[in-house]
Amino acid sequence: MANHHAHAVLPDEPEKATLEGKNKVLGFWLFLGGETVLFGSLFATFIALRDQANGGPTSQALFDMNLVAVATLLLLTSSMTSVMATLALHKKDLKKIQLWLTITVLLGLGFLALEIYEFVHYVNEGLKMSTSAFASAFYTLVGFHGAHVAFGISWIILLQVSATKKGLTVVTAPKFYLACLYWHFIDVVWVFIFTVVYLMGMIGGKVG
Amino acid sequence: MSAHASHAPNRSGLWDYLTTVDHKKIAILYLIAGGIFFLAGGLEALLIRLQLMYPEIELVGAKTFNELITMHGTTMIFLAVMPVIFALMNAIVPLQIGARDVAFPFVNALGFWLFFFGGVLLNTSWFLGGAPDAGWTSYTTLALNQYSGIGVDFYVLGLQIAGLGTLIGGINFLVTIINMRAPGMTFMRMPMFTWSSFITSGLILFAFPAITVGLVLLMFDRLFGGNFFNPDAGGNVVIWEHLFWIFGHPEVYILILPAFGIISEVVSTFSRKRLFGYSSMVFATALIGFLGFMVWAHHMFTTGLGAIANTLFGLATMLIAVPTGIKIFNWLLTMWGGQIRFPTANLFAVGFIPTFTIGGMTGVMLAVPPADYQYHDSYFVVAHFHYVIVGGLVFGLFAGLYYWWPKMFGKMLNETIGKWNFWTFFIGFHLTFFPQHFLGLMGMPRRVFTYLKDQNLDMGNFISTIGAFGMTIGTILFLINVVVAAKSSKRAPADPWDGRSLEWAIPSPPPEYNFVQTPLVRGLDALWVEKMAGNKGMTPAEPIGDIHMPSPSFLPFLMSLGLFVAGYGFIYHNYVVVVIGLLFTLGCMFTRSVKDDPGYHIHEDELEEKGVKA
Repeated sequence: MANHHAHAVLPDEPEKATLEGKNKVLGFWLFLGGETVLFGSLFATFIALRDQANGGPTSQALFDMNLVAVATLLLLTSSMTSVMATLALHKKDLKKIQLWLTITVLLGLGFLALEIYEFVHYVNEGLKMSTSAFASAFYTLVGFHGAHVAFGISWIILLQVSATKKGLTVVTAPKFYLACLYWHFIDVVWVFIFTVVYLMGMIGGKVG
Repeated sequence: MSAHASHAPNRSGLWDYLTTVDHKKIAILYLIAGGIFFLAGGLEALLIRLQLMYPEIELVGAKTFNELITMHGTTMIFLAVMPVIFALMNAIVPLQIGARDVAFPFVNALGFWLFFFGGVLLNTSWFLGGAPDAGWTSYTTLALNQYSGIGVDFYVLGLQIAGLGTLIGGINFLVTIINMRAPGMTFMRMPMFTWSSFITSGLILFAFPAITVGLVLLMFDRLFGGNFFNPDAGGNVVIWEHLFWIFGHPEVYILILPAFGIISEVVSTFSRKRLFGYSSMVFATALIGFLGFMVWAHHMFTTGLGAIANTLFGLATMLIAVPTGIKIFNWLLTMWGGQIRFPTANLFAVGFIPTFTIGGMTGVMLAVPPADYQYHDSYFVVAHFHYVIVGGLVFGLFAGLYYWWPKMFGKMLNETIGKWNFWTFFIGFHLTFFPQHFLGLMGMPRRVFTYLKDQNLDMGNFISTIGAFGMTIGTILFLINVVVAAKSSKRAPADPWDGRSLEWAIPSPPPEYNFVQTPLVRGLDALWVEKMAGNKGMTPAEPIGDIHMPSPSFLPFLMSLGLFVAGYGFIYHNYVVVVIGLLFTLGCMFTRSVKDDPGYHIHEDELEEKGVKA
């Protein structure tokens, strides 16, 4: 790999080349374990309250599956592009990493825009935080995920900007790796939101 | 690497402690802060007992009484015993596994400051419109706006900030123990305190996110018009109970497992024997940790979950007695035939065993759902959990403090004062809580600020309050002991107790890099193995060389300060303050993220003691 002049000294799997890197990767996996409990609790709460519309709009009346399908497509595609960035990381190719992450960020921004549009639309339809227990649970679960997306986007942009100066090193490599891991996790959570909130919200009749 | 500074940053005094990332100094911070909150919680307890000393007196009144019991429970669990546990974990775990540091020194400091600012935020409620008064469990709907004042907002935000600190602390210890063990330190050679810290950290990781969610939902209900717990709008109060106890039940094992670890170390050292049944102890610890997650609904037997749920949760709860019994017998068999000494540390450890057993037995009684309908919300429950948490955990912490004080501070605690401390605290404890079993069986409810006379409750309550004074005297004696030790000029030796594990192989207090050379571990009770082989110290696993250290940083303090400020913004609905606080914290995170910490090196010739050639 003589053409990769600066990266020739970089070891394989640069994210785990140092003890600090190994610690970060393990610590982040554990953190994601905690995040799983966090989202699990929010999902359980949502499932318990999803039919409590309290006279306000129900999920069946509100959800527009076309919009959700487009949002899902954007986010799942961004998951793939973040994996491409990880693959580029293992090839120690900073240019490719930056390219794939830029696409990831753009797709994420598209998803976020759709979600904001969706929330504004629902509020106009009469679904406010205080309308019903269903509303509170919906905005909290989906909003928490949205906040994770927003945080992830800011994180990745920050990494991209600082990496233009620092380059790909054993210090920056774990950061890229973790950001991609985080992004992938958010997508997995979305798969569950898509199923539990939207698909179940469309087919599930009101209990009682 | 020219980026590496070649010498330690020169900091001293308060500034040193505000910026430190050294796990041994963070341990001292945890101990001081936890100690202060312990005194606050103890003062609250004393006021509760004084109010209940005689029937129908008006010492503090009903409203203050509600605030006192809420703050006593919350303070003791979250702000007193957890930090003291974290103090011992920080001081000892890296030493026991032969590590130079924890995995994430910066995160370690951040964890402390988050806990500290969360605790301060919660306690300022006393001066800013009233403390939380909905009980330490903050059950909804009682904890919603229509029944509770602003104090619950302090509860929600203070615990949220402190809880974040605990969570990242737990992750730090998990990674430290998995990745940073010295060569030869296999999992089955780890000392029991490290093992119990490991399992406890795992419990923290999976339990704390549940309370995070619970607190967020309660916050949304109280501050942003949410309806999670408002039955009128379709909400469901039992969700809070589930979330609280999915966290809350593992929490009692988060508390007690480190105490089990301490007792194992102390009993083994002072019996001059290796711990009996080491591998069954490890297995029992892991099993208790696992079962701890399976039993949360035993706090909710009377909620109306139904007979099947109650039966299953009752059975699962009783199962925990099995691994706990294994532990009790292992401690007894460790002492059996040993050369037992009784310094204060071992007095507390030996006092722990029967006391904790009583608490465990009343626990099995409470695990029977039909019987629980009788005990429910009575003083019997109060007696039970104080036998477990004070008679178990606090005795364990005292044992640990007397045992490891020389390692942490380089000074020995005075044994004469220590023995007075033990006996006043031990007798005071049993006087306080033993009568409460009978008070409960005779019908005295918990959380009620007074009772009528001539209902056979007078004598028990009077004795209980006298006992509380005994515990107060014990605590004051401990503080005196700390001062006496600090003033004494005698320095503690490296290995004052003829210890068995690695922390006793290095000076007291340890140098900032812990080990000059990473030790090679050749068996369980690593130091004892070397002593038995006739060696003077540990065999090194590496040659002497420069040691890389992380730089101190003021950012953990500032990050936590930002959240602290934002917390007040939420409580007082001032969103400008919220935004300022959060932006400040995010700015600190940004700085941390962009500026890499190259750390510094301690050079070979600067090392305080000369190691041996590898």
